Amino acid sequence: MQRLTQSHPIPLAGLLAALAVLAGCSSPVKINDNAGAPVESRSTAPGGTAGGSAATQPTAQSQVTPVSVDPSAAAGVARVVYFDYDSFAVKDEYRSLIESQAKRLAANRSQRGSVEGHTDERGGREYNLALGQKRAESVVRAMSLLGVQESQLEAVSFGKERPAVQGSDEAAWAKNRRAELKDR
Amino acid sequence: MSEAQPLYSRRRVCATFAVAGSAALAAPAWSQFRVEITGVGATQLPVAIARFRDEDRAGPNAAIASIIRADLERSGQFRNLDAPGAMDETTVPAMPEWRSRGADALVAGSVSRLADGRWDVRYKVWDVVKGQDLGGQSLPVVTADLRLAAHRIADAIYERLTGDKGVFATRIAYVTRVANRYTLRITDADGEGGQVALTSVEPIISPAWSPDGRELAYVSFEQQKAIVYTQDVSSGQRRPVVNYRGSNSAPAWSPDGRQLVATLSRDGVAQLYAMGRDGSNPRRLTQSSAIDTEAAFTPDGRSLYFVSDRGGGPQIYRMPAAGGGPERVTFSGAYNISPAVSPDGRTLAYISRLGGGTFRLHTMDVASGNIRALSDTNDDESPSFAPNGKLIIYASRAQGRDVLMTTTLDGAIKTRLLSSGVDVREPVWGPFNR
Repeated sequence: MQRLTQSHPIPLAGLLAALAVLAGCSSPVKINDNAGAPVESRSTAPGGTAGGSAATQPTAQSQVTPVSVDPSAAAGVARVVYFDYDSFAVKDEYRSLIESQAKRLAANRSQRGSVEGHTDERGGREYNLALGQKRAESVVRAMSLLGVQESQLEAVSFGKERPAVQGSDEAAWAKNRRAELKDR
Repeated sequence: MSEAQPLYSRRRVCATFAVAGSAALAAPAWSQFRVEITGVGATQLPVAIARFRDEDRAGPNAAIASIIRADLERSGQFRNLDAPGAMDETTVPAMPEWRSRGADALVAGSVSRLADGRWDVRYKVWDVVKGQDLGGQSLPVVTADLRLAAHRIADAIYERLTGDKGVFATRIAYVTRVANRYTLRITDADGEGGQVALTSVEPIISPAWSPDGRELAYVSFEQQKAIVYTQDVSSGQRRPVVNYRGSNSAPAWSPDGRQLVATLSRDGVAQLYAMGRDGSNPRRLTQSSAIDTEAAFTPDGRSLYFVSDRGGGPQIYRMPAAGGGPERVTFSGAYNISPAVSPDGRTLAYISRLGGGTFRLHTMDVASGNIRALSDTNDDESPSFAPNGKLIIYASRAQGRDVLMTTTLDGAIKTRLLSSGVDVREPVWGPFNR
């Protein structure tokens, strides 16, 4: 069986040149970091190509209009419950945290909050989102048993998308399997 | 049209090849990809693509012949031969000369300006072996669509010579992450012509193309929770369509584009709901106390594949799209997720955990249940079929980065789409329409 190792026959210089030009002109939209305007929508034609008469021409089928969203990050002190691997059980060591937070919320019915569930990095994004949701739900359930009204707390999940700690070892994973209580 | 018999079937040109890291472009623009092809054992058709007459007049985007050559090369099914001399679609080629060069097919064309400012891109294809004119086309396009015209011509050549529809003119959506900035991007299938659809400081996951190729549904965490948005990519118009209490995720369009199925946790645990394309009238489809998520329609719209951990660990199930009893589909391994269905409905691609932390792309032949592992990487995610069913794009990791890969269904030819200094993930291949 013969095996040939073949170098690329395409004129790379041409591709390179094309890339270099694209690099210069395909910048779609300057992103505006404006926390006051959470959604920025653009409806202009793409600016990435040569040819000045595009405005009077039919809409390009390649057109993509960029949108930018920059909400202000949620403020608030995080109160964190950590979970064992593949578990949604709120461990006994967090009883006093849950009780004190539940007492605080039960005493102030107008206070709203969220419980954000998180997972470690292993596995699929969507399945982890659902797993994180189960962690958040179990914290909310524990607190509603202590008198917090259902309407006060929303269980949400970030799955593996927002790790507390970077790293791919058990120490990092353990810090990422968590639920954070946040005021709104 | 009757002679649209693939050239492969009457003349086999066998060339075993191994190309690795051959397209090593230095410092590519951050929104662009570098494509590396690795593979062995392809049958390659020798083609000669002549430089298009006056292609340089239309500007740097209009390297029509180079784009066509690169497309065909990347498919792994073609070998480009030199095509010296000035030619266009009106040329009468000297067939014996092209035969002596070893070409099976020859392409020539031209670019000319139209009165309305557009460009007319014309080409013709010849079967060199038979000495036959296989016809051509004229594609009038605006300047911004010159690359698209080149990809369309590559598609036409590919279909003419292999009998299969090409996907060079299709688009891919994916998400990049640089520090804490997430960007939903759209590129041509060759990773070029990259454009930004959305940027956010919060994660964006699970993009899904509408069947007409005009909209993307995706999950954005910009409101500090998972909400499904749809966005018209041409105008940038977007709106939250699925925003209930808890998490809203994993959008899937029905093949007719009239319905969305998404995962909602509003009743406590993640379950599948069907709704209108605008999120109206959500109707619960699954009734379990376990996680049900990642719905994927079969091409006939009648069934849904989805992931459920009702049996303990996550496995793939199938159920009627209108609701009804699910049947389990995957039995091998304790963790099978992220189903994607081939356009002909015969193959299921998914990610399977192989013990430890190894997650690999697999396919299952739906009729026989036969399973094939397609990769040897450890962190595969999010498979998506090309609309012609010949390739799967998926996310993986290499050199500490999230990267995108494509593979043929037999796993023989892979490309890695590299983007320097950027994590690239959540790929989804668009439909033929755009």
